[in-house]
Amino acid sequence: MKRLQRRGFLAGLAGMIALPATWSTGVVAQQLRSVEPLLLALTNGVPVRKGRVTLDLPQLADNGNAVLLKVSVESPMSATHHVKSIHLISNRNPVAEMANFYLGPRTGRAQIATRVRLAGSQTVTAVAVLSDGSFWMDSAPIVVTLSSCLDES
Amino acid sequence: MIRRIAVWFVAATLAASGIAASGQERRIALEDLRSGIAFSSREIRAMQEDDFANPGMLWVEKGAKLWSAGARSCASCHREAEKSMKGVATRYPAIDHGSGRLFNLADRIMHCRSERQGAPALRHESDELLSLTAFVSHQSRGMPVGVSIEGPARPHFEAGRDFFYRRIGQVNIACAHCHDANWGKILFAETISQGHPNAFPIYRTQWQAAGSMERRLRACLSGIRAEMLPYGAPEYRDLELYLAWRAQGLPIEAPGVRR
Amino acid sequence: MTARIQLIPPRPKRGEIIEIRVLIQHNMETGYRTDAVGGVIPRNCINVFSCRYNGAEVFRAELSPGISANPFLQFYTVAETSGELELSWMDDQGRQDSERARIVVSE
Repeated sequence: MKRLQRRGFLAGLAGMIALPATWSTGVVAQQLRSVEPLLLALTNGVPVRKGRVTLDLPQLADNGNAVLLKVSVESPMSATHHVKSIHLISNRNPVAEMANFYLGPRTGRAQIATRVRLAGSQTVTAVAVLSDGSFWMDSAPIVVTLSSCLDES
Repeated sequence: MIRRIAVWFVAATLAASGIAASGQERRIALEDLRSGIAFSSREIRAMQEDDFANPGMLWVEKGAKLWSAGARSCASCHREAEKSMKGVATRYPAIDHGSGRLFNLADRIMHCRSERQGAPALRHESDELLSLTAFVSHQSRGMPVGVSIEGPARPHFEAGRDFFYRRIGQVNIACAHCHDANWGKILFAETISQGHPNAFPIYRTQWQAAGSMERRLRACLSGIRAEMLPYGAPEYRDLELYLAWRAQGLPIEAPGVRR
Repeated sequence: MTARIQLIPPRPKRGEIIEIRVLIQHNMETGYRTDAVGGVIPRNCINVFSCRYNGAEVFRAELSPGISANPFLQFYTVAETSGELELSWMDDQGRQDSERARIVVSE
């Protein structure tokens, strides 16, 4: 009798679990875009170099609705040498250009933080546009899990 | 013969960790109580601990404005909430002596609004009600939960306890199956908490908004494919009283942040 | 809209870098959700945010549905003279709002 109860409990749990439709890496790969076209459009074809930018993102997010993200760029932020803008790009969200931040010589420190929405496991890229016309980037992968239980409240 | 012994052994083990409850025995001893924040990620903990960036504080701030708004405002009777509301959230749910009904804190606020302030009724789970509930609960932050289950509250406590141990829904499990028997274990990608109400109202990242304990109970019901009772159902109040008793001593965390 | 502003440090010295944090109550409707009868809930996000220090813009952000509900932003500026920080924003429905913070700068 108790054994049946326990089996019923486990079977019930299996029925309750919402399995993601993206177990296989092949399917996930199809949902990830290349960010190359967007980067080239941003820089007018000038190549973006990896470096000077640090993108802080957790490795794992519970549900992707409110993930704290920080971008900092090495720069003296002087009148002659400063970061003009920072761009956040997603390779999976329906809107690839997540946000653009515009800084200047009065900024002091080239650093921004915000909370972002991530539509599933992906790689986020941060691009910095400098006053000398150069482009720098960093990217960070993140795994976004799903809730164990459906919430229709 | 061997199989019968094995079945008996399994049954006995399961009975020992069994789900049936009687009287006032605590499945989780007071010293083993842990708030849901202990089962949350580092990021969620950081969000809750940041008094400025905790999104629930937007509701607390709005509640502070509503507290003093209008001719017959809350403040006109209760003055400064920091003093008058201190400790109030720790005592709810509680019996309203006027009507004899079991009130949670939101019910008390709604009652005051219509009966004493002559203001239009606040809807369940409305932005205004959540703001006022968050603001009032916040005044008890850090104080231990301590509800009464004596006298007229007793039958409500027992009804809530029975609900906690009753199998419901298509999944056919009771609250106790997850929150008494399997807290701390991982379900899919989440660690199961002990199911305490001490942090409410919370900002739930899944809702992308603040919400009440009642909403969270509805979410649980939908998760096990049970019928979501409507807001205001007495079953929620009874269960909230049982949960508050079960969480005795845990600190109020309003506004909590959860996934 | 309820909005909160925090300055760190709250009373900076001239030339000191100030951290500005802002939290705005807005549900940042993505435009991808559907209602109970299957209709699409239209997009309504804060799409532009600006910080002016004594009238001069020192920070601007363009946001999208990729920014969380109840948007949180953290950025920096250099303390110059005492005065006012005006943080303003607009959403897709054209609703504008702003919040001001006094800034007291010591020498």
